[in-house]
Amino acid sequence: MAAGAAVRILIVDQNPERASLLEEAMREAQYSDVVVVRETHGLLRRIVQIDPDVIVIDLENPNRDVLEHMFQVSRSVPRPIAMFVDQSDAATIDRAMDAGVATYIVDGLRKEGIRPILDTTISRFNAFKRLRDELERTKQALEDRKLIERAKGILMTTRRLGEAAAYELLRSTAMSDNRRVVDVAHEVIRSLKAMQ
Amino acid sequence: MSLVPLTVGFVPLIDCAPLVVAAELGFAAAEGLTLTLTRENAWATIRDRVMVGHCHAAQMLGPMPIASRLGIGHLTVDLIAPMALGWGGNAITVAGGTWEAMRDQGAAEAAGPARQGEALRAVIAERARSGAKPLTLAMVYPFSSHHYALRYWLAASGIDPDEEVRLVVVPPPFMVDALRDGQIDGFCVGEPWNSMAVAAGIGHIVMPTTAIWQRSPEKVLGMRADWAERHPDETQALIRALYRASQWCEGAEASELARLLAQPEFVGERAADIERGVSGALCLSPGSAPIRVAEFQGYARQFGTFPCRSHALWFYHQMVRWQQLPAASAAESASRAVTARETYRPDLYRGALQSLGVEVPPGDLAAGRFFDQP
Repeated sequence: MAAGAAVRILIVDQNPERASLLEEAMREAQYSDVVVVRETHGLLRRIVQIDPDVIVIDLENPNRDVLEHMFQVSRSVPRPIAMFVDQSDAATIDRAMDAGVATYIVDGLRKEGIRPILDTTISRFNAFKRLRDELERTKQALEDRKLIERAKGILMTTRRLGEAAAYELLRSTAMSDNRRVVDVAHEVIRSLKAMQ
Repeated sequence: MSLVPLTVGFVPLIDCAPLVVAAELGFAAAEGLTLTLTRENAWATIRDRVMVGHCHAAQMLGPMPIASRLGIGHLTVDLIAPMALGWGGNAITVAGGTWEAMRDQGAAEAAGPARQGEALRAVIAERARSGAKPLTLAMVYPFSSHHYALRYWLAASGIDPDEEVRLVVVPPPFMVDALRDGQIDGFCVGEPWNSMAVAAGIGHIVMPTTAIWQRSPEKVLGMRADWAERHPDETQALIRALYRASQWCEGAEASELARLLAQPEFVGERAADIERGVSGALCLSPGSAPIRVAEFQGYARQFGTFPCRSHALWFYHQMVRWQQLPAASAAESASRAVTARETYRPDLYRGALQSLGVEVPPGDLAAGRFFDQP
């Protein structure tokens, strides 16, 4: 939508990775007027300078309370008419909240204008969450592998087993106990510690 | 019997104790509920989670559901407060330099609001004369008892809260850091954050806000009106569980309650700092011995859980007084006052507690005394 270019979007996010993901997504969606603020110090002054139509912020960002106060007291800050698209649009609100995004729409922006911005924001917030979850899982897998390697080493020494046999012992114990290999590995390490 | 799961939001402060105690010590289970507590740092997040149903209920600032019903500062959301979660527990704390300046002007440790206010007024006048920038004082949210207590005290001391100081919002968990960094000169916040500023050697407690308004109302249990209507049994069960938990908190050893709150998933700060506010024995200055502050905070005594409509009305009057509400005709103002009053729901409170045979105020309570009233 070419009209998107006329909308100025302010992204307040202390998380630089998510902020740049969001910025990129906005530009892909043809919104060229995007400002990212990572430092929340002096936020009010920045908002007055930037004069945004929409403010996008993490739902759990504690600075939301600061923002709401600014909107309350400052005559120089345009007042947001609402959050999200429309009060009655419960499904959209719910989707935004699930993704963890809060949006302040500044007075005067039409409802139709905000919808694509919100859609883009929500999908990018979700994408970021997926990325982070994936990173967590990869980290965990790496940790698990380290534990299994240690347990294997312990079994190789204490039971005088070869590497393959040590792993096989872990695996078969896990299978017969209906547990994960890493849990068995954990126990092997713990029991060695207990003996020391 | 399977337990009904409810999710309840809270902010890390000592007055989340009834929620923690209900969830952890079996009061919720006794009422057929299992509570999942979710901790938030922003009051706006709490309100929004209740609005969309992520939380069934939450600890809220007393004026917050009123503002939501009146549709100021945000969407109009039909929130109600069927019970209160105690009174007091807040204090006004200033940075070391400001305290020294106040003392030079006649403030004294543990002195009352009139004397401390007079000293602050002199400090502010002195700063204005010397061209120093105005003092910046923080509170927790535009619709909070902290905001209104601070404004009431400033105004009663002859200080214009809009012209002579800068009032800003800082969320409770960030108060101590903001004071340390010099972003703010003082704040009004709930415990344990005042005691933590003192323990960190950077803050001096000027006075508890109960010195401004005796037994001043504080947090409430907030929920959506339509949820309460569709779930009368759960609402009643929750009120009963929290009532009993509040009674337990009132009688508990301060050290025991502080240890429970100190757990990382609740307040998550040092038990020794939390114990100050819970016991009502505060260290007012770094290194000083704790002194007992009369009627600093209460969970259940003095009808601390009763959702008093005169309190709701007082909060509404502060919204009007400080121009948080747009101007309105007389008729509109009258109808707003009714909306504000009816946000608090003593009828639901009485209904829930009837079966317990406990003492419930038959009518509304008097709002209590302010320091500048005879």
